[in-house]
Amino acid sequence: MFRTPRVPAALALLTALLTVVGAGLTGCGKEGSPPGKGPAADKLPTYQVAQRFRLPDSPTWTRARKRGYFVVGVKEDQPYLGERDPATGVYSGFDIEIARMISASLGLDPKTIRFKTIASANRETALQNGQIDYYVGTYTINANRRKLVGFAGPYYMAGQSLLVRRDENDIHGPEDLDGKRVCSAAGSTPYQRIRTDYPKAILVAYDTYSVCVDNLLTYQVDAVTTDDAILIGYAAKAPGELKVVGKPFSKEPYGIGVPRDDNALRFAMNDALEARQKNGDWKRAYEATLGLSGVPAPEPPPIDRYPAS
Amino acid sequence: MNVLTENFHTYAEGFLGTVQLTVYSSVLALVLGFLMASFRVAPVSSLRVFGTAWVTVLRNTPLTLLFFAVLLGLPRFGLVLPFKVFAVIALGCYTSAFICEALRSGINTVPRGQGEAARSLGMTFGQTLNLVILPQAFRSVIPPIGSTLIALAKNSAIAGAFSVTELLGTYKTLSELGYNVVWTFVWIAVGYLVITLAISALFHLMEREWGVAR
Amino acid sequence: MTGAATALYDVPGPRTRRRHRLYGVLATVLILALLAWILYLLFDTEQFTYTKWMPFEYKGIQELLLRGLGNSLKAFAMAAVLSLALGGLLATGRLSEHRPVRWSATVVVEFFRAMPVLVMIFFIFVALKVQPLPALVAGLTLYNGSVLAEVFRAGVESVERGQREAAFALGMRKSQVMAYVLVPQAVRAMLPAIISQLVVALKDTSLGYLITYEEFLHAGKLIASNLDYDLPFIPVVMVISPIYIGMCMLLSWFAGWAARREQRSPKTEAVEVAPAEPGTLLPGGGAPTAPRP
Repeated sequence: MFRTPRVPAALALLTALLTVVGAGLTGCGKEGSPPGKGPAADKLPTYQVAQRFRLPDSPTWTRARKRGYFVVGVKEDQPYLGERDPATGVYSGFDIEIARMISASLGLDPKTIRFKTIASANRETALQNGQIDYYVGTYTINANRRKLVGFAGPYYMAGQSLLVRRDENDIHGPEDLDGKRVCSAAGSTPYQRIRTDYPKAILVAYDTYSVCVDNLLTYQVDAVTTDDAILIGYAAKAPGELKVVGKPFSKEPYGIGVPRDDNALRFAMNDALEARQKNGDWKRAYEATLGLSGVPAPEPPPIDRYPAS
Repeated sequence: MNVLTENFHTYAEGFLGTVQLTVYSSVLALVLGFLMASFRVAPVSSLRVFGTAWVTVLRNTPLTLLFFAVLLGLPRFGLVLPFKVFAVIALGCYTSAFICEALRSGINTVPRGQGEAARSLGMTFGQTLNLVILPQAFRSVIPPIGSTLIALAKNSAIAGAFSVTELLGTYKTLSELGYNVVWTFVWIAVGYLVITLAISALFHLMEREWGVAR
Repeated sequence: MTGAATALYDVPGPRTRRRHRLYGVLATVLILALLAWILYLLFDTEQFTYTKWMPFEYKGIQELLLRGLGNSLKAFAMAAVLSLALGGLLATGRLSEHRPVRWSATVVVEFFRAMPVLVMIFFIFVALKVQPLPALVAGLTLYNGSVLAEVFRAGVESVERGQREAAFALGMRKSQVMAYVLVPQAVRAMLPAIISQLVVALKDTSLGYLITYEEFLHAGKLIASNLDYDLPFIPVVMVISPIYIGMCMLLSWFAGWAARREQRSPKTEAVEVAPAEPGTLLPGGGAPTAPRP
């Protein structure tokens, strides 16, 4: 009585759907991950794990210690900086190395770290609600953010710069951008800066920098602009075709974001960073990641030990 | 409380963005929806198939996926437009499927005899539709179109997450400035209420003017 | 109802039929040309190169997509169950005889129906500092629960007056009238509208992408924005959308099937049901208010 002629049609749809999902997505896949572009480091540095390290004053550390590993917020789409291999789920890059060396210094084996992708807009939230223990991902220290979170470091002094094709000879700095097509992420600070300071440049905006870089390679834009660290990472993807030019025209000190009230953790991380800079781990980490672009390691910036809040 | 007064400019910009998105997308949705609805009742079968496919696919597509496809996919075709235009296209196409359905069920509410009478007077398909059916259908579609456009205004919030300046997106700027998030959201909510209430008031007026007496 | 389309034009005569056939050919050619142009664009912009499709061959990528799909469905299942529960609760409140209860339920329902669901989700995620999955589920539950409350209420109120009166006349208490007489008939009648609202919930799980919940679309974006794979945005959309649209269509179809079944069922004779079209409920659109007695 309830049978309608359209039942078979729907069943067919269901079967087709299940077949597509089932056949396409299970069982018949290749192992490993698709071949990538750009050089890979022969060996990533290893960091000595501090034995018998204790930090009972830090609630974040105590919590991490109890569960046995740190949960670290990172980026997943910045080559050689904070990148996640979609196939294997493995994170790699300079920010990731910083996160690892910090974990080692705080007495927890870096191999145990759980990385978690956190988008820029949600960094403060993630730190405040305890989703992550600390955050390493092109996180510029500034006064407004300091009202919300604490910052260890800076561990790297970035600045807005320009990425161009290797055969480009006309662009040496932002003042050469008149009439050139410049790409950046929609609504970002670098985008706003070009718009106000260099109004003669023709701005193109996309959601992600990787699209900008692709446009640069296919001659649709003449330059990509954002923090030099990010640009160096992309340059390393295609070292024969891209280069970063000119002096950075802003100062973006990258810090490690920690919960605002956890001063003990922040101080311990500052000490750890300084020690890693002294013993050469910082430089080794740079050379194994961003250094593959051919840009030599800069001097690490001095640590900003602002007082407890 | 002072979040609003100190950042009136930011809020006003976001509010205006949402209003613009809503107005432009509404126009696009109404035009496309009308076109698709006439396709769906047309005597030409390929147009009917096209209209039906358009409506079925778009009604069952998550709007976020549509935004993803339009804002990130279309540029891969070499079509580079401001994000706002892309957002209007996505919102307009999505809503047009619902407008089409509202119009079609509106056409269905017109008594059959009206169409038959027009036909017996020797009117063509176009005349029947434009002079007899649609003016009557118009009255009964005012409320459903109103609620569809309210839904459109609310859906425009998704554009904010794709870097288009609009009301919801203002929370990012303001929380970067360190303002109280709860109050930030209270004023965003008020903004949306103002817009949806305005649309609803407009359609109430229209219904009172031209609507079907029930 | 289906007669309206045919009432718009005469049964065509030979000449009209010829003209219609001409129109038909023209329209078909136009539509085919449009499709061909899109196909040409796809090939012209090199969307079918091996590099762009190769990632899908790998197990890791397939698992990433499947995990995303699983997360989407998990959020949907949780949101669906909780929305139904919340909807039932709020509908009970709105039908209560106690004025304060009725009013507060009305305020809650009206507020959450008027708010964009994304604003709710962001509020819960950002201001209340909740993790992505609970924030998404909570946002969807509040919104869909409120809409479902209206659906339930309309359903109960659309049961023919005599049923309620007869039940009261038999000496049943209000809770008994509800549980044994009104709700069973109303639920059957409202099943299509309920399922339609669940389609909205399923579609809206994709909002989780915007608060970094690792659902289906998020997995797609991760693959699509990778320079190593030559930015396969279009291939990713071509893989993901049929699955999303297929799932929603299946659920929509189920709503339509339930509606057709109900129209014939003798068990719902006492309820006047508007023939609920599958999926006519827009996100944010009002509940389909069945005609009241």
